[in-house]
Amino acid sequence: MPAHDVLIIGAGLAGQRAALAAARAGATVAIMSKVHPVRSHSVAAAGGINAAIAADDDWREHAYDTVKGSDFLGDQDAIEIMCSEAAEEVLHLEHIGVTFHRNAKGELDLRAFGGASKKRTAYVADITGQAMLHVLYEQLLKHAATVERFEEWFTTSLLLDGSGTCVGVVAREVRSGRMETFRAKNVILASGGAGQCYRPTTNALICTGDGIAQAYRAGASLMDMEMVQYHPTTLAENGFLITEGARGEGAHLLNSEGDRFMKTYAPNKMELASRDVVSRAEQTEILEGRGVGPDGQSVYLDITVVPRKRILEALREIVNIGRDFAGVDITREPIMVRPGQHYIMGGVKTDVFGRTAVPGLYAAGEVACVSVHGGNRLGANSLLDTLIFGRRSGEHAAARALSLPMPAVSDARLRDDAAMIDSIIARPRGGGRRISEIKEELGTTMNAEVAVYRDAAGLGRALEIVRRLREESGTAYIDDRGRVFNQDVLGAIELGYMLDSAEAMVVGAIERTESRGAQFRTDFPDRDDENWLKHIVISAGPGGEPKISYAPVTITDWPPEERKY
Amino acid sequence: MAEFTLRLRRFNPESGEAAYWEDHKVDLAAHRSVLEGILQARALFDGSIGIRCSCRAAICGSCGVRINGQPALACQTHLDAAIASSRDGIIEVEPMGNMPVIKDLIVDMEAVHWKKIRAVTPWLLAKEPVPVREYLVAPENMVDVTQSMACIQCGACVSDCLAMEVDPLFTGPAALAKAYRFVGDPRDAEHEERLRSLAEDEHGLYTCTHCFKCVDACPKGVDPMGQIMRLRRIAGNDMHIEDRNNGARHEHAFVANIKRNGILHEADLLPDSYGGKLHPRALPTMIGSLPAVLKAMRRGKVTPGKVLLHPHKASKAVRAMFKEIEGREQRYELNLYVSGRDEDDDGPRADEGNGVKDTRAGRGDGGGGGAAKAGAGR
Repeated sequence: MPAHDVLIIGAGLAGQRAALAAARAGATVAIMSKVHPVRSHSVAAAGGINAAIAADDDWREHAYDTVKGSDFLGDQDAIEIMCSEAAEEVLHLEHIGVTFHRNAKGELDLRAFGGASKKRTAYVADITGQAMLHVLYEQLLKHAATVERFEEWFTTSLLLDGSGTCVGVVAREVRSGRMETFRAKNVILASGGAGQCYRPTTNALICTGDGIAQAYRAGASLMDMEMVQYHPTTLAENGFLITEGARGEGAHLLNSEGDRFMKTYAPNKMELASRDVVSRAEQTEILEGRGVGPDGQSVYLDITVVPRKRILEALREIVNIGRDFAGVDITREPIMVRPGQHYIMGGVKTDVFGRTAVPGLYAAGEVACVSVHGGNRLGANSLLDTLIFGRRSGEHAAARALSLPMPAVSDARLRDDAAMIDSIIARPRGGGRRISEIKEELGTTMNAEVAVYRDAAGLGRALEIVRRLREESGTAYIDDRGRVFNQDVLGAIELGYMLDSAEAMVVGAIERTESRGAQFRTDFPDRDDENWLKHIVISAGPGGEPKISYAPVTITDWPPEERKY
Repeated sequence: MAEFTLRLRRFNPESGEAAYWEDHKVDLAAHRSVLEGILQARALFDGSIGIRCSCRAAICGSCGVRINGQPALACQTHLDAAIASSRDGIIEVEPMGNMPVIKDLIVDMEAVHWKKIRAVTPWLLAKEPVPVREYLVAPENMVDVTQSMACIQCGACVSDCLAMEVDPLFTGPAALAKAYRFVGDPRDAEHEERLRSLAEDEHGLYTCTHCFKCVDACPKGVDPMGQIMRLRRIAGNDMHIEDRNNGARHEHAFVANIKRNGILHEADLLPDSYGGKLHPRALPTMIGSLPAVLKAMRRGKVTPGKVLLHPHKASKAVRAMFKEIEGREQRYELNLYVSGRDEDDDGPRADEGNGVKDTRAGRGDGGGGGAAKAGAGR
């Protein structure tokens, strides 16, 4: 039975950063991922990473922009930590090899990004996430002696001891179907978000809320789950991401009348207002009949105003996306975009060291909610979040391991999980719905009812459907009876994770009877600081039903004020 | 919406049966991807179809396959394009080559691709001392290595590498492109050591045969062969690394041969690659090549006259080309991300001539999209 001081689930940026930090602190480390690490969804982050590294910038300005972007729901102590440690972290990445673009002096170049008062986004063309992820993986290879890798292993359960402390996981090797119990003094969840609850979404097929559901089932709390970010520029065709870097480089948003409509909604920041503001503006234009495209459900993103040479150098990936997925040469004509699900601000509630309510269990990255993003995340703050809190979790877990003996665990849970998998495989074909049908209905429901604009009636419908789908998932059948690369059975387990995540999102959205950040209730259109300047916390009740409580918002230097861009 | 027939290569390692083809009809708009077609077949008909996939947007590198015999990302290949390249209106999808198949369209990347990547010391060996702030690096150097950094490790180039088919130990296009990512990075302290070890490896730098398969295969325009050639130019021309495989000497002999003859004079090439006809190392090689020469003569590919008296001399045009290229102060390299000029060129780049030194990167017009095959420098 493998045993490690620190076991990390998920090998995107947060997980890899946690692994390297824990190893550096002297812990024995393993990192496990259901896909090869470089396939992790961090790879899709395009635009860049924020840090106040320019001579005329100050981390406090970054922190204020983040607080304002969060619509004052972010915890300011955590935001201060993230922003004040950002420069050092970005320089560390530079030192280990990230190929950040340079200015004429050879220093890190910075680009403009939404909601930021200054240019403070370091970048590698528009493949920043990919460049960072691949460089961290280079470091994992370099440190192979101290970080053991379990690539293509799927976690089925977190292990708890009698006192409710997390002491390891049960996982299945995808390639062989072999189950294994992993002992660990600490487990760090870094398994990403739950965008697959939505269709369409910019998120990869692997973003199925695994860690959110695993932690929730193990007794941890979820926070801010109603805060679901719609990115303003996703490809109308299929929901793929067009980086905010495009607007950072100067691209315009146009409605059917050819107007830069952002002047109505954010006269100062225009296209570079925060994402919730821009997405709402677009949706309003669309609802009021000024959308473009055959169904009028899109607006134009006009990148042709950016010099072609600059596009080819700095926005290469969206040139490819335009060409490959929309048949449009973005250097020559506008491209149709619409708001699309992109990120969840909420997640497993942690403190600034990544600790959850379950001893021995940490969370970092999109799976976690510290909360540094509050009601709305600024572009290029997610990569920063993954690295800062990945590192802090890794370091804290390594230190905690020093004083603990290796826990003893049995294979009881492994046997339960193996039986659970066998029972899914054994479900009679035709005895229920197909897994894929349930996922489709979940995704379209969430995108219809828990989107940019929400109201009580729609949210009520969504909750009813999510709960019915959970019933149906109990008899949903699969086709693959094998052990080798049985992706079908893993998909059935993921569906359960998705339903838990989706339920928490809907429950949170129903509870919050105000409009703040990404949550806009047409039946409660105003922000209500008196009643709702607080986090909604959801934990599993005795029967597994969601139980709501509240947590205060930490305010240090920036009291809530009216939010204008 | 239109109907498309996908013919998938299926293999179940647990069945004891051989691999077989299976057809599925899917209904999708023509510009949807082959991956979406496969996912529809999986959703509606058979959940056991095995394929790695995640992002659907050609950035995670999971879904490398062969479509109608050509390596590609399933998510990046449109159904209509796949029909156009099909033999009989049926889209054939099979696993990539040069790697063992695990199940259906899933290959063992670890056994081949990742093993080779790990062999090139794939991490920065940073120059000391590490600065407090960032390393100061010329902007064009970072843009230049971004092309090899753009590799998504999908394995498409490995799949169809002909040199690897012949020599499975060949380091291969993806790993060598990865090596360039460090050799082209001014922050790395071990350029020469890296190049020496790649050049001295008899399955390394000089095993590539310039077949261009990897250039066509790469879905991200990384141009692995181009990166390999750049490694060779730096190793052979800049660092004068004379490898025991005669790789550098062969390249120099090739260039000199063309300069002299205009078209290749093969009878000279071989001995010249080993230091000339009279060089002691050349003799055994020349004797060793006799059977091949005799066979070629029997088939009429060469005549004794052609072998001994090469009739061609380099034309004026060829000499002019050599003069132009050899007269340049700096070597120009093509790069996808570096675009020297286009119709809205705003004059020379701001960084030109401002004292930023040590730039090997040249300027090419990368405006063509896809691989950087477009025209040369300014």
